Amino acid sequence: MGLLNKLDDPYYGGGIILGKVEDILNWGRSKSDWYLQFGLACCAIEFMAMNASHFDFMRFGCIPRTSPRQADFIIISGTVTFKMAERIKTLYEQMAEPKYVISMGSCANSGGPYWEHGYHVLKGVDRIIPVDVYVPGCPPRPEALEEGMIRLQEKINKQAIFNKRKRLAEEEQKELIISN
Amino acid sequence: MQAQEIYEKLKAEFGDAIIEFNAEPFFDPFVRVTTDKLFDICLELRDTPEFDFDYLACLSGMDYKENLGVVYHLYSIKLKHSFVVKVTVSKENPVVPSVERIWRTADWHEREAYDMMGIQFEGHHNLIRILCPYDWEGFPLRKDYVQPDEYHGMKVPY
Amino acid sequence: MSETKKVEFEYSQIDSERMRLNVGPQHPSTHGVLRLEVELDGEIVTEVVPHIGYLHRCFEKHAEKMTYPQVIPYIDRMDYISAMNNEWPYVMGIEKLMGIEVPEKVEYIRVIFAELNRIANHQIAIATFGLDAGAFTPFLYLFRDREFILTVFEKASGGRLLYNYYWVGGLAADVHKEFKEDVLSIVKQVRETNKEIADLLIYNKIFIERVANVGILPADVAINYGCSGPVVRGSGLPFDLRKDAPYSIYDRFDFDVVIGHGEVGTVGDCFDRNIVRFHEMEQSCRIIEQAIEQMPMDGDVREKLPKKIRPPKGEIYTKAENPKGELGFYIVSNGTDKPERIKSRGTSFVNLSVLPEISKGYLFADLIMILGSVDIVLGEVDR
Repeated sequence: MGLLNKLDDPYYGGGIILGKVEDILNWGRSKSDWYLQFGLACCAIEFMAMNASHFDFMRFGCIPRTSPRQADFIIISGTVTFKMAERIKTLYEQMAEPKYVISMGSCANSGGPYWEHGYHVLKGVDRIIPVDVYVPGCPPRPEALEEGMIRLQEKINKQAIFNKRKRLAEEEQKELIISN
Repeated sequence: MQAQEIYEKLKAEFGDAIIEFNAEPFFDPFVRVTTDKLFDICLELRDTPEFDFDYLACLSGMDYKENLGVVYHLYSIKLKHSFVVKVTVSKENPVVPSVERIWRTADWHEREAYDMMGIQFEGHHNLIRILCPYDWEGFPLRKDYVQPDEYHGMKVPY
Repeated sequence: MSETKKVEFEYSQIDSERMRLNVGPQHPSTHGVLRLEVELDGEIVTEVVPHIGYLHRCFEKHAEKMTYPQVIPYIDRMDYISAMNNEWPYVMGIEKLMGIEVPEKVEYIRVIFAELNRIANHQIAIATFGLDAGAFTPFLYLFRDREFILTVFEKASGGRLLYNYYWVGGLAADVHKEFKEDVLSIVKQVRETNKEIADLLIYNKIFIERVANVGILPADVAINYGCSGPVVRGSGLPFDLRKDAPYSIYDRFDFDVVIGHGEVGTVGDCFDRNIVRFHEMEQSCRIIEQAIEQMPMDGDVREKLPKKIRPPKGEIYTKAENPKGELGFYIVSNGTDKPERIKSRGTSFVNLSVLPEISKGYLFADLIMILGSVDIVLGEVDR
C-alpha cells in the first residue's frame, strides 16, 4: 500500500526508499495469501466458480494449498455441522501464524436457513474459531467474495506487527494466572 | 401389472399376513403387512417373474405418533410397474426384519431409518448411526424429539 | 541397456501388514466433506468404509415445520449443483395431489431449464473428474461455459446457484424477451466446447489409460444397489425415467438414452460412466432445440398459482430424472398447509453406497477416479 508509489520519490537520488518495516511485511503478506483448498457446501460451488476462468481468484495472489500447514487463510464455505466443527477447529489450529478466516455465506455466519430447526448445524462458525471477514449471501456471488478478499487485504495492511509476540506472551501469562 | 392384481395374488399366497389393501384416491395403492412375514413377501415380490420388483426405490421410516412404521417403494425396471408395502410397529418394541439381503441398497436406507427414527432392523449386519455422529443421543425425526442444549461443549440452539 | 522387465508377483504371497488410512473429510478429491476409511494391502484397496453425515442439515425435519412453498428453498440446497431439477419432482407431486394442471408454456420452460441445468451439472462432473485425474485445463473451459447458462438462470430467477423458481402451479417469474436467442446461442457454444473437450480430455490417451477398466460395475449389481442415472446407464442398462415413466411433456421430444458400450475397456467402467455424461449433454441440446421450437411465447406463467396450498389428505411418491439419477420425494399430507412428512430419496446417497463394492481390488489412486466417476454431491448424500 503506497510502498510502490514511493519508487517515484526515492530517497537521496535513487536506490533507497524509506518506509516502515510493517509496511513491507504487510505488503508481502496481503499480496500473496495462500488459501486452504477446502469446500463445505453450496458456497463451495461458487467458490469453485471464483477459482475458474470468469473471476480468476489467482489475481489476488491466492494459490490453493491442500495442506493447512502451507495455508495463510481458510474460507469456511458453507454449513458447519457439529460432526464437522471439530475437524474445522483442528484444521484451523494446524495452520501457521499469521492466519486469517473468511466466513462465506449465511450458514457459516449465523446458521442461515437452518438457524431454527437445524439440530445438527452450528449456528455460526465464530463460535469455534475467530473470523476476520464475513461475506453475506446464500450463496454469495463470486463478486461478493472478491469484495471480502479485498477487505481482508485491507485488514492485513493495517495490522500491527511490532511487540506482538511480547503482547501475546503477556496475555498468555495472564490467562495462566487466571486459570491457575 | 395393476396394484389390485398384485394384492390379490399376494393375498392368495400369504392370507392373514396381508392386513389391508388401500387404493383410495390421493394414495399410491399400498398393502399393509405383518412384520413376521415381511421378509418372505419381499422375497416373493422380487423373485416371482410376474412381479419382478428388482429395484427398491425408497425406504422411509415413519412416525405415526402412536407407533412407528416403514414404507417400501418398489419398482420393476423390466416391467415398469411400482408397488408400495407398509409395516407398522409399536414404539416400545420397534423391530422390523431387515430386507438388506434382498436389496443391497436397503443397507444404508435402513441405517438412516434407524438413525432418524430408532427403528431396529433385525438381521442387518451393521446397524449403526449413519448421518448423525456416532455418539448422538435421541432420534431426531420423531415428532416428540427435543433439541439438545449442548454437544461436545458447543451450544446447539441459536 | 538391459531390457526393462515387468515384475510380476502375487500380492497374496507377500506377508504384508494391512494399513488403515483416512481420506477426508478435508480432502481435495472427495468432492466435499466425505470421509473414507480405507484398508490397504500395500497399494491395493481391500476395504472401503464411507463415513457420511458431515453435512447433515436435516431438511426433512425443517420440512415438517414449514408450509409447502417454504420447503422449496431447502430442496434447492440438497443437490445444489442442479437445483432446478430438484424442485421439479417436489412441485410435481403437490400438483398431482391438488389436481392442478400447469399451462403449456410453463411445462416448456421447465423442460428447458431442467435440461440446461443437466448440462451445467455434467459440465461440473466432467470438469472435476478431470481435476481428479490431474487435468486442469478442461476445468477452465467447462466453467467458462457454465457461466453462460447461469446468466440465463439469473435473468429468469435472480439467483445464480439456488433459484426457488419452480413453484406449485407455475413459475416464480416469466422469462425475458430474448430468451430463445440466448438459449440457442448457449446450445451452440456447448456443442463447440464439447468438440474441444473430446480431444482435450475424453479421448485423450493418458486419460483413457487412467479410467478404462477401472471400477467395473455390472448392471445387475447396480440395480440391486438401487443405482440410477449415469451410473446404471454406464453399465449398459437403458434406465431413464424420462423414457420409462414419462413425466411432464418428455414424450413429445425425440432423444436417445445414452448407455455405455465399453468402447475402450469393459462395460461399466469409469470411462463408460463419464462418456454417458458427455453424450447426454448432446441429447439435452437436442431436447432444448425441439422445446424452443415448439414453445409458445405468450401466456401467463403465474395464472395457475393457487392462493392457498393445502393438498388433501394423502400420500404420493414422485420421481424425476435428475442429472445424477432418480430423485424421489415421498410426500405425506395430513390436509393442512404443512406436510406431515417429506422423505427424499437422495440420488447421490444411493449411488455412493455402491462405492465399497466397486473399489475393492483396485489401486489406491484408482479409488479417487472411481469416486469421481460416481459423481456425488454431499448435500444430497447427507441432506
